[in-house]
Amino acid sequence: MKTSLFNLALYAMAGFFLVFSFLKDKKKTRAALLKSWKAFEKILPQLLGVFLLISPSLAYLEPDTVARFLGERAGWLGVSIAAVVGAMTLIPGFVAFPTAALLLRGGAGLMQMAAFVSALMMVGVVTAPLEIKYFGKKLTVMRNVLAFALSFAVAWVIGRVAG
Amino acid sequence: MKTFIKRYRFFLIVLVPFVLVLVFHRSHGVKAVGTLAFSVKEMLFVLPPIFVLLGLMDVWVPRETMVRYMGEGSGLKGVLLAFFIGSVAVGPLYAAFPVAAMLMRKGSSFFNLIVFLGAWSTTKVPLVLYELSTLGPAFALTRLSMNIPIIVIIAAVSSAFLKEEKKTVLYEAARNL
Repeated sequence: MKTSLFNLALYAMAGFFLVFSFLKDKKKTRAALLKSWKAFEKILPQLLGVFLLISPSLAYLEPDTVARFLGERAGWLGVSIAAVVGAMTLIPGFVAFPTAALLLRGGAGLMQMAAFVSALMMVGVVTAPLEIKYFGKKLTVMRNVLAFALSFAVAWVIGRVAG
Repeated sequence: MKTFIKRYRFFLIVLVPFVLVLVFHRSHGVKAVGTLAFSVKEMLFVLPPIFVLLGLMDVWVPRETMVRYMGEGSGLKGVLLAFFIGSVAVGPLYAAFPVAAMLMRKGSSFFNLIVFLGAWSTTKVPLVLYELSTLGPAFALTRLSMNIPIIVIIAAVSSAFLKEEKKTVLYEAARNL
């Protein structure tokens, strides 16, 4: 695994802070770990569900089919599809990243996945009514429209830099 | 049991076609199991330290004290704090709204409030760590370095285009949320 060094560093960092936290305050550390577990357990069903859905889909879809809609060849249309899907769906980032990684393996393009991830994180069509309750219509619309438009900029740059 | 079914409804629904594929379309099924095993293995390897960090940050970062330095005229320090509070947070974007209301009640400036929301949505540390490992450093770091200025742009634009009276109304409303 190419990222194993990074992952080992993560384990070292988490271990260090955990020990440090435990020495400082046992109660707080227990609360933190409970929080960790709850957060993990919350995304688990969705994460496993998406894996279960995508793995057989990728077995059937030829990389060519994925590429036609979400690959480099799909160009800006593919970017738009990805951005719209990202804006409309409500998936946690912890589920979205491995999904994007799987799609990349299955023939999707970098730019398209960047648009998907970026729109997903910044734009929230489903949560807009709730956002309006807190921030009013004008601010909500402005924030989401700007974020959606700028997702295309993110996609373009990632396509250049990482591609 | 009931809550389990409710929570895992989506999982159980997609489990059916998965099993059918495995039974009736052996060759595709084997391929699918391979992909699934790869994903699950990677997830179980990468996620534990990230979630430990997430829990620790949530417990140790004193949000309420930090808001004091996020008011009007707090300058760069206020912006950095807004980024920081948003980035060490836990939860989806809609979980940020009540926290944002708390920030409003405690006197955060409007600009910093929008920066906080942006950071919560895109620069969360545990998420970036996970992104680094799943999508690679070129992808994750480029996205991050694009999103930080974008967050500031969105904050600046919405701050400039929203009338002062409107902002006052929002702050008044936050008191009752």
